[in-house]
Amino acid sequence: MKVSIQRENGFVEYDVALKDTTLLELLSEIKTKQDNTLAFSSGCRSSVCGSCSMRVNESEVLACSYKVQDGDKIEPLQNVEVLRDLVVDMNRALTYNTKAKAWLVKSDKCVNLNHEDEKVNALQSDCILCGSCYSSCPVYAVNPDFLGPFALTRVWKYVSDKREDHKQTKITEIQTNGVWECTLCNNCTVVCPQNISSKADIEKLRMKSAQYGFMDPNFGFFDGSFPSSSIFMDQS
Amino acid sequence: MKKKCDVLIIGAGGAGLTAALNAKKNGADVIVLTKEYPTRSQTCMAQGGINAALGNISEDSVEEHINNTLKSAHGEADEKAVRFMCGEAINTVEWLDSIGVCFSRTKDAKIAQRTLGGASSPRACYAQDYTGLKILHTLYDKCLEEEIEIEADKYLLDLLKDKSGRVCAAEILDIRSGELIVYEANAVVLASGGYSRVYAKNSTNSTASTGDGIAVAKRAGAELVGMEFVQFHPTALKNSSILISESARGEGGYLLNTKMERFTNELAPRDEVSRAINAQILKGEDIFLDIRHLGEEFIERSLPQERKLAQLYENVDLVHELIPIKPVAHYTMGGIVVDHTSQTTLEGLFACGECANHRVHGANRLGGNSLLEIVVFGKEAGVHAAKFAKNVSSTTPVIRENSVVKKIESYSNQLDFYAKRQLIGDIFYENVGIVRKREELLFARQEIIDIKENIHHFGVSDKSKIYNTNRVEFIEFLNILDVCESIVEGALKREKSCGSHYMIEVA
Repeated sequence: MKVSIQRENGFVEYDVALKDTTLLELLSEIKTKQDNTLAFSSGCRSSVCGSCSMRVNESEVLACSYKVQDGDKIEPLQNVEVLRDLVVDMNRALTYNTKAKAWLVKSDKCVNLNHEDEKVNALQSDCILCGSCYSSCPVYAVNPDFLGPFALTRVWKYVSDKREDHKQTKITEIQTNGVWECTLCNNCTVVCPQNISSKADIEKLRMKSAQYGFMDPNFGFFDGSFPSSSIFMDQS
Repeated sequence: MKKKCDVLIIGAGGAGLTAALNAKKNGADVIVLTKEYPTRSQTCMAQGGINAALGNISEDSVEEHINNTLKSAHGEADEKAVRFMCGEAINTVEWLDSIGVCFSRTKDAKIAQRTLGGASSPRACYAQDYTGLKILHTLYDKCLEEEIEIEADKYLLDLLKDKSGRVCAAEILDIRSGELIVYEANAVVLASGGYSRVYAKNSTNSTASTGDGIAVAKRAGAELVGMEFVQFHPTALKNSSILISESARGEGGYLLNTKMERFTNELAPRDEVSRAINAQILKGEDIFLDIRHLGEEFIERSLPQERKLAQLYENVDLVHELIPIKPVAHYTMGGIVVDHTSQTTLEGLFACGECANHRVHGANRLGGNSLLEIVVFGKEAGVHAAKFAKNVSSTTPVIRENSVVKKIESYSNQLDFYAKRQLIGDIFYENVGIVRKREELLFARQEIIDIKENIHHFGVSDKSKIYNTNRVEFIEFLNILDVCESIVEGALKREKSCGSHYMIEVA
């Protein structure tokens, strides 16, 4: 089968004598038998480490869980610096977990979780930080200060956790370049290999924000005016 | 280039991150380096659980946990270390709960527990099928809160010592730039993982489990112990070595041969089941795991990952079809010798996690004890490394002229190391695997000796400095060779069978 891979100087076509295989196995075959210079990341081969996220025919996949097809066009994630070939620099997106203060701040009081509490954020805590959601996000594409999908899902994970003692502080942290910037386009949900919907988590964070008295800056002006969508505003 | 800190930690899996949190808590300035990213380590693949005698489901005790662990270890564990680990288990799980790990819960609001092989009661605390993933990510979040510096794409090449022989620095390859960086530290902690990938594709592990830290420590003069003890998991998918969780058998799955006969007790310890399967395979049988009778509802609820992976890699739907399986390398008990403070035989060098041998698993690890070990001894290594770093004055490393990166530049690259890497994996699987014979061990050893003698005929074809994974994989290959040598040496020295090391004695 023939596939083309985006490399430094454009797409390169490879002809590989494999069929019915994962994209990751195909890339390993190219790397070890045809072209030692091809760079890509991999790890667990079973969709839990998040290393091999990339784009095929313009949508995000994990190479280890995608069955490659003849004619596929393979590219690195977008909205991120390419280090080489299919390897990108995840550091920038990862800093948004810090910016969003996505961790548990717990009081000393004893909180016991039950079966129902477990279900509240079981899905959100399945996140593997593969970065597919940032690659697909049209808001992050134009506003690199947007906290972005996986960081906001992580905030919801902790805000929805009964053990979290500083919910209001967490909600306050995500008002700027956070929950209100999202256009609810749902791309992140579609591409997530773990079936997480950051869009849905952002909607829940908006409701929580409203409970704490925060308002959507796009609608909350006293004079009733309607500012242009904040994602296109000057963020300086 | 040079960088400095009190405690340098190599590896950002569960052990490394726990060590970092505890070193920092004890006043040390910490840097963590990883050749990947912090949440991509082997820890994320652990599914089963973390053992602690909480007794949330039925009565349990620390003493029972100790007994089960010692029994499985076949006399090769250090009872004091086992007692310490099992005694710390309850606090450890409580601590993980307190930092936000999303454990599964019981109806009466306790942490849920399940029974894994060799345990006398339901002892493994779990988070659905993602226990390791959720522990690792929560540790990572905690590290962000504590502002611990974690650097990705930094690959350990060698350890450096001062004139007195104390380890005080590490030579690191910055994979992104191709530059060498010397990280100086008063204490260095290796938390770099195990070596199951020396078996190449005959392993459930991440491609990163190449035993780098162990090989580097060995070259620096640290002692290793128990390297011959490699755990083979009975049920990995036949073509891809992807793990099918033990819970498939725990819940009543059958093992069948080509004649559709059951041939072993599916609930026996991993090493016994692996040997039974291996014996069948040697007779020419294909082996299958059959969980069809467990029903779609159960499979969807308990083994959703497995269903997806079996479909993807073997084109079988395990609800309706048999799963082709074989036993493959899964966990490595052997590693760097450490004392009760997790210090290695080299001053200034500490080790924890799968790369270290704290002698708690002995000749065979129990399911649920590896996640426990990385957190319990990750903490110990972090605390003691911080103390050590505080009590010694800083020193300067003796820099060697010839780094491995420089050395391999002159290698001719006439021979393909990728093909050799798989060949060694296959040779070790066949000859230093589930069942071993002296002459086969000698054959495998000779193979390694021959490759090492001809190593300059191998090499790197990619000459780029920037993100050169060809070069990193070649250096990993060199580490694999060093580790293989230790495995086969250990196996040759141990003439009698013990746990996972099974010798067929020739009459």
